[in-house]
Amino acid sequence: MQQNFLDFEQPIAELEAKIEELRLVGNDTELNIHEEIARLEHKSKDLTKSIFSSLSPWQVTKLARHPQRPHTLDYVAAIFTDFDQLHGDRHYADDYAIVGGIARLNDQPVMVIGHEKGRKTNEKVKRNFGMPRPEGYRKALRLMEMAERFRLPIFTFIDTPGAYPGIGAEERNQSEAIAKNLFEMSQMKTPIICTVIGEGGSGGALAVGVGDRVLMLEYSVYSVISPEGCASILWKSAEKAPDAAQAMGLNAANVYKLGLVDQVVSEPLGGAHRDVGQMAQNLKTALTDNLSQLQGLSTEQLLQQRYDRLMAYGQ
Amino acid sequence: MSWFAKLLPSKIRTSSQGKKGVPEGVWSQCPACNAVLYRPELERNQEVCPKCNHHLRIGARKRLEGFLDEGTFIEIAADLEPVDKLKFKDTKKYKDRISTATKKSGEKEALIAARGQLLSMPVTVAAFVYDYIGGSMGAVVGEKFVQAVNTALEYRTPLICFSASGGARMQEALISLMQMAKTSAALKRLSEQGLPFISVLTDPTMGGVSASLAMLGDIVIAEPNALIGFAGPRVIEQTVREVLPEGFQRSEFLLEHGAIDKVVDRREMAETIARMLAKLMRQAEPIVPETTSEPLENIPEPPPGE
Repeated sequence: MQQNFLDFEQPIAELEAKIEELRLVGNDTELNIHEEIARLEHKSKDLTKSIFSSLSPWQVTKLARHPQRPHTLDYVAAIFTDFDQLHGDRHYADDYAIVGGIARLNDQPVMVIGHEKGRKTNEKVKRNFGMPRPEGYRKALRLMEMAERFRLPIFTFIDTPGAYPGIGAEERNQSEAIAKNLFEMSQMKTPIICTVIGEGGSGGALAVGVGDRVLMLEYSVYSVISPEGCASILWKSAEKAPDAAQAMGLNAANVYKLGLVDQVVSEPLGGAHRDVGQMAQNLKTALTDNLSQLQGLSTEQLLQQRYDRLMAYGQ
Repeated sequence: MSWFAKLLPSKIRTSSQGKKGVPEGVWSQCPACNAVLYRPELERNQEVCPKCNHHLRIGARKRLEGFLDEGTFIEIAADLEPVDKLKFKDTKKYKDRISTATKKSGEKEALIAARGQLLSMPVTVAAFVYDYIGGSMGAVVGEKFVQAVNTALEYRTPLICFSASGGARMQEALISLMQMAKTSAALKRLSEQGLPFISVLTDPTMGGVSASLAMLGDIVIAEPNALIGFAGPRVIEQTVREVLPEGFQRSEFLLEHGAIDKVVDRREMAETIARMLAKLMRQAEPIVPETTSEPLENIPEPPPGE
């Protein structure tokens, strides 16, 4: 796959272009340039390591929004089996910005729910760029309540710029849809494991983000407002988004330091999109481990622990 | 000198202060109908314009003290103050915003919680302080709200919350967002214990406060014409590039769309809530004392308008 490089990855992009060029030459001539290619590949890897060892929160935000970053349905396909997608909130519509259904993790039946941004332009439009309307949150709640009835653990995947700020969304009470999920998820009698896989945008993210464990992928972000939104309110200029990202400390490492998430899942060198298979494997291991820890608890213990961790936020 | 007095040409200003001897701050202007209002009368009317019924913003402490039976107000967690965990700095330091907000509002945080009595029924109440960083919810607001819920659980009282908030507090970043989950989880416990929660939405109730505790009332009431919603109208307009419908995100619009139970005039709020709570708590009808509505005496002439 043609890699899509971000601005701060330009030195890597240049090296990779050179390697590609040499490969083409290598095919045409008898010259032995394998050594040179190997040297450059090594150099590119070192450069990537060095650039990725000190990313700013804004750079991580760009990675979290990377056009090639794996989405919920990519992880569902790579981690789970036997997935039956279920649709609709039973009241108004099916919101394609949130997907969900029953599947198996290591053969065990589970419920899977997540934001889905879509990949190609028409799919992005259909999925509203992963910005749910109230129907999306109500579908998620319907599926979670089903999971509770049939004692299926719930896995949620968070990847949204935020809940959709639209006229219809407000008319159908976006606020209530989000609030209701927070309310019900806090006492749902089944394990809930949430993972921020890309963008954790505000209330629209949290509405499927209350659980017993909250994980973040290494280059994902989680914030109370988008850096652009924060910058335009506090700095009166959306161009100050990098400063806002810095001030809010929205990247996984910072959020983990504040004790607001339980685990940061490592990404392959250069980010999840560079090696989706490896990323899925890392995540699968983390999900499996966390689930087996939670399944050792009684329902009472599970709910008490969940409540205690919610009450500890900000203390 | 009040802002209104400053607006007046200097000649009028001198004459109104000199000749008639009207003390400073005695006049207010209704932001809706522009009527010039006598402050003591406006206060007696709970900051509702007597001319057009516009509900002006009212201080949280004043509201709660007026709402509860006289002398029953016992504050909860009064000493909690915000903590700047992130050392947040935008164009100003968060620390400086805190001290400005404290001076402006006279409060230590954006939520006041108390227990007391409402027409003799024990209740727990909370109200957002809009003058404190836009009534925004950070860690301490979340904690105080949870302590109010815990008080309600301990004394087995209903909970009533008056919200007036722009949403989550950006300066506490993700910690603020998590207060949405924290307050909602506490309300779930209250609900499971069979204690009612009445949520009163006042102008404005937006963002993270709207999308958590404020919309979780067993009964949700709004004051007339309050701005209530998740996303701000400007953000929506920029996103959808359409003109917003008439009255969009106002109390009456929400009532029409089935989002709230009632729109209630502030002056009838205490009695309305007391009557509803008495039913939910399976108690006898509350006894409502006769209200004294004698007109104020010696109302001076308002300063001449333009």
